[in-house]
Amino acid sequence: MPKLYQLTATEAARQIKSQELTSEEYLLSVFERINETEDKVHAFVTLMKDQALEKAKEIDKQIQKQDKIGLLAGVPVALKDVICTRGVHTTCSSRMLKDYVPPYNATVVEKLVNEGAVVLGKTNMDEYAMGTTTETSFYGPTRNPWNIKKVPGGSSGGSAAAVIVEDAPLALGSDTGGSIRCPASYCSVMGLKPTYGLISRYGLISYANSLEQIGPFARSVEDCALLLSVISGHDNRDSTSVNFPQKDYTASLKEEVKKPRIGVPNEFFGEGVETKVKKTIWKGIQKLESLGCTYDEVSLPSMSYALAAYYIVAMSEASSNLARYDGLRYGFREERDDGDWATVYAKDRKEGFGAEVRRRIILGTYALSAGYYDQYYLKALRVRTILRRDFEKAFKSFDVLVGPTMPLLPFNIGEKIGDPLTLYMCDILTVPANLTGYPAMSVPCGFQDGLPIGMQIIGKPFDEETILQVAYTYEQNTDHHLRRPRL
Amino acid sequence: MKSNVKSQISREEVEHVAWLAHVELTEEEKKVFTEQFNRILDFFRKIDEADTEQVPPTYHVLDIVNVERQDKAGESLPKDETLKNAPKKEEGFFKSPRIV
Repeated sequence: MPKLYQLTATEAARQIKSQELTSEEYLLSVFERINETEDKVHAFVTLMKDQALEKAKEIDKQIQKQDKIGLLAGVPVALKDVICTRGVHTTCSSRMLKDYVPPYNATVVEKLVNEGAVVLGKTNMDEYAMGTTTETSFYGPTRNPWNIKKVPGGSSGGSAAAVIVEDAPLALGSDTGGSIRCPASYCSVMGLKPTYGLISRYGLISYANSLEQIGPFARSVEDCALLLSVISGHDNRDSTSVNFPQKDYTASLKEEVKKPRIGVPNEFFGEGVETKVKKTIWKGIQKLESLGCTYDEVSLPSMSYALAAYYIVAMSEASSNLARYDGLRYGFREERDDGDWATVYAKDRKEGFGAEVRRRIILGTYALSAGYYDQYYLKALRVRTILRRDFEKAFKSFDVLVGPTMPLLPFNIGEKIGDPLTLYMCDILTVPANLTGYPAMSVPCGFQDGLPIGMQIIGKPFDEETILQVAYTYEQNTDHHLRRPRL
Repeated sequence: MKSNVKSQISREEVEHVAWLAHVELTEEEKKVFTEQFNRILDFFRKIDEADTEQVPPTYHVLDIVNVERQDKAGESLPKDETLKNAPKKEEGFFKSPRIV
C-alpha cells in the first residue's frame, strides 16, 4: 500500500481539493517520513511542523467551506534557506545569519501562500549558496540519499535530497552556477533553472545577482511545471523581473508533442567528462530520437572560457553583495569592547563567514580592484558576450541543447572540499546557462554504480515550455524518475 | 603583452586585499589562501586567450534599462520590526562600533 507522502503534488492537490484527503493527513504523513529520514540525510536547517500544521488545518477548513482554492492548496513545499520567510529563521546555512528572522516574505513565498501551499521547512545548502556539494554549510553537510557517503550536489542539496526521499513533493532552490541542476542530477529529481528575469528575486539573499534565479524541484515534470507556474511572474520589487504574461506551464505538457530539434554540444562531451556519464546521456539522446526528436552535433567554442569567466563574475558580485554584512542591522556580532569599526567589522566577518565565502569575497575584491579590473572583471564580461553569441547561433538551428548536467558521478563527502579549484571544475557544464541567462533543466537519465545521472536540457530564453515538453516526453517513456533510494 | 605575465599574488597582497574586503584571516589561512589564489588566478587567466576585440561587456543579460516607478511612498516596516535583528541597539537606533 503506497504511503501518502509518496503522492506527487499534482495528485495530492487533486485529492485535497476533492476532499478525498485532508491537507492535515497528508502533512502528518510527510512529517512521519521526515522523522524516518532526517537523521540519515540532514536535508533541513529548520522544520516548521507547528506552523505548517496550523496552515494545513486552515486550508482544510477553507476547502470544507468551498472557498476559493489555490493551485497548491494544502500541498507542502520545502524552501532553500536562502529564501526569506517572515518570522522564520533564514540562515543561508551560515553562522553570519544564524539568528536572522526576516520581517518579510520573499515574493515567491507570497505567491506560494496565495496558492495555498504549506511551507514545511527550510533546507540545508552550501553557505551563501557558494558550493557544489552542500558541504560548506555551517550546520554540517547533507548526505546523498542514494549513498550517504556521497555528496548530494549543491548548493541546493537539502532541497533535492528532501524531494527524492519524499520529505516534500516540492521544493525551491536557487541556481547561480548550477545550484539547482547539480543536486537535481545527483539526487535524481527534476530541477529547473528558469530564464533570468522570469522569477522575482525579491527576498532571495544575493550571492551573484546577475546570474541567479529561484527555481523548482519535483519528482515529476508535471509537478515541476505546476510549481513554476505558481512562482513566475512580474514583480515591481525586483527591477530585473521581466514583465511577461504569467503562464500555466502544465498546459504545454498536454499538447501534442512537437518534434524538437536537439543540438548536442561537443564541448559537453569533452575531456573531464566521465565515460559512464557520456554513455548514459547518449543513450538518453538516442531514446529521444526514437521518440521523434532529431539531433545533430553543434559546437560552442567559447565554452572553454566559460568556467573562468563565471567564477570571476560570481566572485566579483559576491564581494559587493556580501559587503552588507556589517553586523549592524542584522548578522553575527561578537561581544567586544575594544577596537575601532574596521577591526570589529573584519573580526566579525572572519567569525561569521566560513572559509569558502571569505575566499570568494577576497578574490572578488581583487578582481574588481584598480589594476586588475580590466584584466579580470571586464574581460570576463566580454567573454560572457561571446558565449551569448555562441548560444544565439546554436539556437538558430536547434530548439534545445542536450548534454550531461554534471561531468562526474556523485563523489565522496570530503573528497574534493580541500581543493577549491578542483571543485569549481565540476560546474563546467552548468555555468553557461547562468552566464547567458538561458533556462536549463536537469532530468533523471539513468544510473551507474547505483548513482544517478542527470540529463541537462537547455532552452531558448522564456521558452521553458519546450524544455518541459522534451523532459515530459523523456519521462513518460522511461522509468528512471520512479526509482527511489533505500535508506 | 599582459598575457605573458604569470599571475602572482603574494602573501602581502592577500593580506592587503583581505583588509580592503574587511575579512580577517588566520595565519594558516594567509598561507593556504595565497597558494590557492595563485592556482585559481592562473586558471582565470585562461580568458586571456579569448579574442574580445570590439566585444562589448555583458553586465547583465536583459535588455532592461533604468526601471522606474512612481515616486510614491509605500508601506514601511514598523521601527521595532526593523530593529529586531540588530545585534546591538539603543533607544531606537542601531548601535555601531566606535567610528573615530
